[in-house]
Amino acid sequence: MTQLANASASTVVEKLRGWNPQAVSQVVEYRGEITIVVPKELLRATAQQCRDNPALNFNLLSDATCVDRFPVEPRFELNYQLLSIPRRERVRLRTSVSIQRPVIDSLVPVWTGANWLEREIFDLFGIRFEGHPDLRRILLPDDFEGAPLRRDFPVEGKR
Amino acid sequence: MTTVETAVGATKSMVLNMGPQHPSTHGVLRVLLELDGENVIKAIPDLGYLHTGIEKSCEDKTYSQAITLTDRMDYLNPLGNNLVYCLAVEKLLGLEVPKRAQYIRVMLVELQRISSHLVWLGTHALDMGAMSLMLYCFREREEILKIFERFAGQRMMTSYIRIGGLALQPPAGWREHVKRFLDMMPPRIDEYEALLTENRIWQGRLKGVGYVSAEDLIALSTTGPGLRAAGVAYDNRKAFPYSSYEEFEFNVPTRTESDCYARYLVRVAEMRESVKIVRQAVEKITDEGAIKTEAPGIVPPEREKMKTEMEALIYHFKIFTEGFSPPPGEAFATVESPRGELGCFVASDGSPKPLRVHFRSPSFVNLQALPKMVEGQLIADTVACIGTIDIVLGEVDR
Repeated sequence: MTQLANASASTVVEKLRGWNPQAVSQVVEYRGEITIVVPKELLRATAQQCRDNPALNFNLLSDATCVDRFPVEPRFELNYQLLSIPRRERVRLRTSVSIQRPVIDSLVPVWTGANWLEREIFDLFGIRFEGHPDLRRILLPDDFEGAPLRRDFPVEGKR
Repeated sequence: MTTVETAVGATKSMVLNMGPQHPSTHGVLRVLLELDGENVIKAIPDLGYLHTGIEKSCEDKTYSQAITLTDRMDYLNPLGNNLVYCLAVEKLLGLEVPKRAQYIRVMLVELQRISSHLVWLGTHALDMGAMSLMLYCFREREEILKIFERFAGQRMMTSYIRIGGLALQPPAGWREHVKRFLDMMPPRIDEYEALLTENRIWQGRLKGVGYVSAEDLIALSTTGPGLRAAGVAYDNRKAFPYSSYEEFEFNVPTRTESDCYARYLVRVAEMRESVKIVRQAVEKITDEGAIKTEAPGIVPPEREKMKTEMEALIYHFKIFTEGFSPPPGEAFATVESPRGELGCFVASDGSPKPLRVHFRSPSFVNLQALPKMVEGQLIADTVACIGTIDIVLGEVDR
């Protein structure tokens, strides 16, 4: 299993490097999972490439989530779990945003399914997605103050 | 509060608020429907009424404590939630689970799939006006819950699957109990089909309703029976086998019509496949054997050892007071829940509490396809569409 993952990891990374050498700033492999760290500016273009390149064909965005590494800066790590149904492969794209400017390109133009996943991140982490068609809170009430899944938000809530 | 701007004047449309307390929304889903007569022009789902902050709470619990929270997300699939969380943490730790425990896990989650589909079928039939079926479905589901009670001591919030294995040895007499159920189930599924599949009202309510093309479903990240009813044979159990699914023989039922009727047929066929898997699992599970992996400091030791070995006692104390600390890193595990791809992302910073636990819940993601399904259809079809997406609001809102 790990062997297989290694072999295909190199093809995904190779294809992306071949397309744009700047797109892959780092490759992390841990427990058989491949994480490709992408610069923030190139996220949407890289995602588009992952979906449209016939050799990659990541046609489904399985999940998008954020990890708050407070107090490390840039503290927000966005993880996108890509899935290729025809090629039966997964890969993770990762990029970081800082608290000073918590803004990132939306992936809704690439996968429509990113819509609610990004709204959830916006709702719980307060990260804005540029180019999102309908960026509103989704789980919390509209008048809720703060972003509860940030690490500096108390578990018991603010009183 | 989600609101809709409506046109005024001659082309005035009406906004109808469906839910959050509406029986056919299966919980507390609110859908804003903009209507032109009986036709839906626009549908806007509004969620969050059941948001309980499970992901945030997980960050304040040790890895083992968080298992009990996973039960409470998708309350029709608690064992599946336990499984995906444990698989993610086991991946993070690099643990291997004994084969016997893996087979028991498979058997239980497949029974859970049958019970979840039974609830779906019963409630959906009720929505469509076939009341007797709900009584039949809940009768059979009760038998499955009795099996769970026998295994875990709990009918619903089982927390039976633990990090590194299972909570308890299987109870005495489980094999006969499960076999009795397996012999009972296939004729009962035939009975449901006799009531519904060729039923003209049933077909009239479901056929051609809620069509979405396979391309749109993939773009919307839909997985599970909804996607398989559109002809895409994607199933995590086959594509990325976990918990020894590669050793089991089963088919992935698909249809191509992609309407509510096709989703119904796929789910009924899946129940039959699950019966097949459980039957194989019953044969594979040996009478004796380990149900937990040997991992001192992570998996609690046997009671017997604690009374005789000092080390075991210390580990036991440490696991339940301080917890254990996986090495820093991330893991993403996925399983095929009755509703689709259920994923769990766990990030560790090397402390005994997770840095982040995120659930990719299929109900939440699949619900995105609702506007696409109902816009342009009749308001009565909205009920059919919400039903065949098969959402569990506990999981949508988490």
